[in-house]
Amino acid sequence: MEYKVNGHTIPADEEGYIINLSDWSKELAEEIAKSENIEMTDEHWEVVNFLRDYYEEYQIAPAVRVLIKAIKKSMGPEKGNNKYLYELFPYGPAKQACKIAGLPKPTGCV
Amino acid sequence: MATLDMDHPDGPRFVPDPLEIPDLKCGAMEGLKPFTAAPEHQAKLGFPGELVENWKEVALAKMAELARKNRAFQVYLDTCVKCGACTDKCHYFLGTGDPKNMPVARQDLLRSIYRRYFTFAGKHFPWLVGARDLTEDVLQEWYSYYHQCSECRRCSVFCPYGIDTAEITMAAREILDSVGIGQKYANEIIGKVKDIGNNLGLNPKALRATLEDLEEDIEDDTGISVRLPLDEKGAEILLVTPSADFFAEPHIDGLIGYAKVFHEAGASWTLSSYASEAANFGLFIGSYENMRELALRIRKAAEDLGVRRIIFGECGHAWRVAYSYLNTLAGPFDFLDPNYPVPQHICEYTWDLIERGKLKFDRSRNDHIRLTFHDSCNVARASRMGDKPGGQFEIPRNILRAVCNHFYDMDRDTIMESTLCCGGGGGLLTDDLMELRKKGATPRMTALQQVTEEHGVTHMAAICAICKTQFSKVMPEFGYEMDSIVSVHQMVSNAIILTGQETDEDETEDKAAG
Repeated sequence: MEYKVNGHTIPADEEGYIINLSDWSKELAEEIAKSENIEMTDEHWEVVNFLRDYYEEYQIAPAVRVLIKAIKKSMGPEKGNNKYLYELFPYGPAKQACKIAGLPKPTGCV
Repeated sequence: MATLDMDHPDGPRFVPDPLEIPDLKCGAMEGLKPFTAAPEHQAKLGFPGELVENWKEVALAKMAELARKNRAFQVYLDTCVKCGACTDKCHYFLGTGDPKNMPVARQDLLRSIYRRYFTFAGKHFPWLVGARDLTEDVLQEWYSYYHQCSECRRCSVFCPYGIDTAEITMAAREILDSVGIGQKYANEIIGKVKDIGNNLGLNPKALRATLEDLEEDIEDDTGISVRLPLDEKGAEILLVTPSADFFAEPHIDGLIGYAKVFHEAGASWTLSSYASEAANFGLFIGSYENMRELALRIRKAAEDLGVRRIIFGECGHAWRVAYSYLNTLAGPFDFLDPNYPVPQHICEYTWDLIERGKLKFDRSRNDHIRLTFHDSCNVARASRMGDKPGGQFEIPRNILRAVCNHFYDMDRDTIMESTLCCGGGGGLLTDDLMELRKKGATPRMTALQQVTEEHGVTHMAAICAICKTQFSKVMPEFGYEMDSIVSVHQMVSNAIILTGQETDEDETEDKAAG
């Protein structure tokens, strides 16, 4: 797979996760979201930005619970729950949001 | 067609049958293939990166080697009489209707090749005995259909010869790996365990941060400081649990449950960042060498930390590897305390405490849940718990009955030794097989819908990370919320009253007194 952003071609794996994490840009995130049928809103960006910050610190995506807690803190309890995150990212906050945030896919029994 | 229930309290009525035999759909799942492993994933496991030039010779030599080393495998290849007892026992056959997913037919994809090259009749009269030549098409067919078997061994329960069909699947996958065709999902994960220590790729720093976060959560919830220790030398117990317990829902609630139980028992315990994974996907791909390498990490962690006991968290195939093979893979464990089973399951540990009256529960805290239990295949059919036959069925149920008021079992033909696979086991829990996973889950979901109708069951508990993830993904397709699947120790966590913890009752009493 690949994405096209501003005339550049960004390589991705079979499932749409980008190969080189340094290729990520906001424009690319919009492009990946589009291919996932997601329209990026401020709430989507809130999640994506948190994931990227967490990744920068820990080199892995946070546990879903940690993400929920962070969102609860920044967006309030009515949005800080698994259900709301699934509304934002119907294929799951861990996998789909990671894809848009340009992070590797969480592997294992998850 | 559904079956007619003559004894239904509202009078005779048709009820859906989870084990109903589907109409045959020849070729329905033909060509379904999970992504193949990249050369770098293959290399880490000691397999060629792509199809080797002399693949035919390598594949047949591997088959010969397996038959020589593993007499059971050869017996399984030789003894099938095609009686048909297994045909309708596979959840993937029930869910897809593809006749090649009848266990006997799926096995015959390999057996027909074995016959051609290793039996007298097959060598000389292949057309008489259904023997066929090994071609690249056959390899592709194997890759497809041996990734439509979750190695759950339900069919084996019904085989009059006791043929372990999972062994055939494992052998096929091993032969495929040996010629350079590996599955991305399983092989990438095994590589991650070798590099980082767990399936997720969770490094020690991130693991520690996650555990500290959970400690905070528990204290916020209960007012009690409960620890989740990591890499603590000299602890008595090493807990080895699937890394999904550090990441996913509802797994992480189970981890919180283990921590609360250890806390109440006053146990000295630790997790290890080096052996931060109970799962052992080496089993799924039939690779003894890879399975051993992963198991040895647990031994090393136990020795380095100086623990006296090893306890496994809620993970189905991990418990099979631990219970059945750990000693031969990584033993002897003569440095552990001989007064305890090596290893022990967290359910055995918790049930023992409950039996001895060491844990206090308020069952009403689970009153919003009407529960059933899904026996995970590898626990049910490849292991034991406790010291009595059937302990692996009884102990988790005993725990659940001790912590919740409303427990109902599903149809007897779909639980315990006859349990249905969740549809995502054996290395199939990958997004590229989602269609198969949904179809394979249908029989279990139908059995669940039955108890929902009869008893108002709202939730299902499991003791396997794969089952939990699989159900949280597929349950919404069958009218349930994704959090209708719960960890057994999540139920324990909900109901347990920690020493010193203020309860609602205390508050009421305080108010009354004040």
